[in-house]
Amino acid sequence: MASFTKEEGIIVLYNIISVIQENKQYLSDIDGAIGDGDHGINMNKGFSMCREELDENPGDLPYGLNVLSRVLMMKIGGSMGPLYGKFFKGISTSLAEKDRIDAQAFGEALSASKESISAISQARVGDKTLVDAFYPAVDAYHKALNEGKNFTEALADMKQAANAGRDNTQDMVAKIGRSSRLGERSKGVIDAGAASCALILETMADTITGLIDK
Amino acid sequence: MQKFINNPQQVVDEMLEGFVKAHSDLVVTTDNERVLKYKDAPVDGKVGVITGGGSGHKPAFIGYIGRNMVDAVAVGEIFTSPPAQMFYDAIRAADSGKGVAILYGNYAGDNMNVQMAMELAEEESIKVQKVVANDDVPSAPKNEREKRRGVAGEILMWKAGAAKATLGGDLNAVIRVSQKAIDNTRSIGVGLSGCSIPEVGHPNFTVDDGKMEVGIGHHGEPGIDIADLETAGEVVRRMCDVILPDLPFNSGDEVVLLLSGLGSTPVMELYILLNDVEKILTGMGIKIYISYVGNYFTSLEMAGATLTLMKLDDELKECMDLEADSVGLRQFQVKK
Repeated sequence: MASFTKEEGIIVLYNIISVIQENKQYLSDIDGAIGDGDHGINMNKGFSMCREELDENPGDLPYGLNVLSRVLMMKIGGSMGPLYGKFFKGISTSLAEKDRIDAQAFGEALSASKESISAISQARVGDKTLVDAFYPAVDAYHKALNEGKNFTEALADMKQAANAGRDNTQDMVAKIGRSSRLGERSKGVIDAGAASCALILETMADTITGLIDK
Repeated sequence: MQKFINNPQQVVDEMLEGFVKAHSDLVVTTDNERVLKYKDAPVDGKVGVITGGGSGHKPAFIGYIGRNMVDAVAVGEIFTSPPAQMFYDAIRAADSGKGVAILYGNYAGDNMNVQMAMELAEEESIKVQKVVANDDVPSAPKNEREKRRGVAGEILMWKAGAAKATLGGDLNAVIRVSQKAIDNTRSIGVGLSGCSIPEVGHPNFTVDDGKMEVGIGHHGEPGIDIADLETAGEVVRRMCDVILPDLPFNSGDEVVLLLSGLGSTPVMELYILLNDVEKILTGMGIKIYISYVGNYFTSLEMAGATLTLMKLDDELKECMDLEADSVGLRQFQVKK
């Protein structure tokens, strides 16, 4: 059974932090088209603060995700702080109960995260938010497992669905959050939250695939 | 971008420093640099009243900190909700042991951050309840009132709720009155120009010369109609046609009228608007009990105005009558 330990898993978080740091400008540029252009700045701020804290007090993946969640919820405002805070909190809490992380455990963590977000936000698929990348990705992952695909294949399906979900936001009119203030003017640009979410899920998929291939 | 700033990233912090220097008789800093409080908060034996939200709406939100007004405010970045920690620290700064009423506007970020702050407060056994303002009529149809945004009507909710707290109301009473205040309040904005967030550097939208955006939101959210700019009297007619039937306001009602500029509209024009609103209301047999006219709730340098009306009953009248002292609103005790 393909799996990895929680200690090995911390690399997943380190890679997510790096990808956010590397894409700071890209995310801000997309946000600038229909938001106020600070998505990359705020994400970079929160994820970098988490990295600093982990450099001082390292730990395993659930612990690290919990640190990230706390920083985002407590220090980063707007909608992204609470949404990503809940996103990572759901994964962290679910993984903390496991001995090793296999396909089943990761699937449960994705579901817990989805539940955690839906408890705090009414955003639905089609509203032009990070949910447009996330919810279809979770569904694609579970569908793959139900069809008998293995961990690696399910991760690939998750990544593909996340990227497709992000691209779908281009033609949407934002219905919730800050860009909804623009109504029809929000059309034609992908949502910055969906873009960062797709980056995060893609990095998760690639890093975990590397871990279980070892 | 024509702005008096030093560093676009520092506008909120520098504004706060200046604000505290100017108004140290009313407002002081707290251990959280993004939370300001009334100098005597928490007031012994009184329910705390807090709010918070993004910056760029001066004098809202910090301008309503004061005596018989808001006890503490969480200050976010421009047009960005403060994080849960700030709302929580504002709750702590306001709590005298009698609980804290969180009175804020209906925006996705604020809803989430307040919810998390309330969970933190409850873990520390601080009693908290909230009222979410949704007075902006054009932002959603009446059967989806829960989706409407909060705009200038929030000020009347703060005034009424804070007065109830001073008058000895417990947390339930403060929440009930604040909810009643916002339930009795309707607003509409008309925008004549966009505004620029300093860090972005260009206007978030534009209104063409000779046009107006009816129903515009407090951050430039699109309205219900882009029309040719009309005379003040015709603009007011449109605004009244949207908000009066929505409550509805009827002959014999007494109302508080709040006409706020959105930032760059001269106060002179607000009085022209008021003059026309008064004619319509009086013509309908609606009595104006108090008029507030000025820049009460702005959107950076947006041009335009918000018209807000609150229908009074005896209890709301008592609350509105109570004297209050804050930078944004001063109410002298007047017996009418």
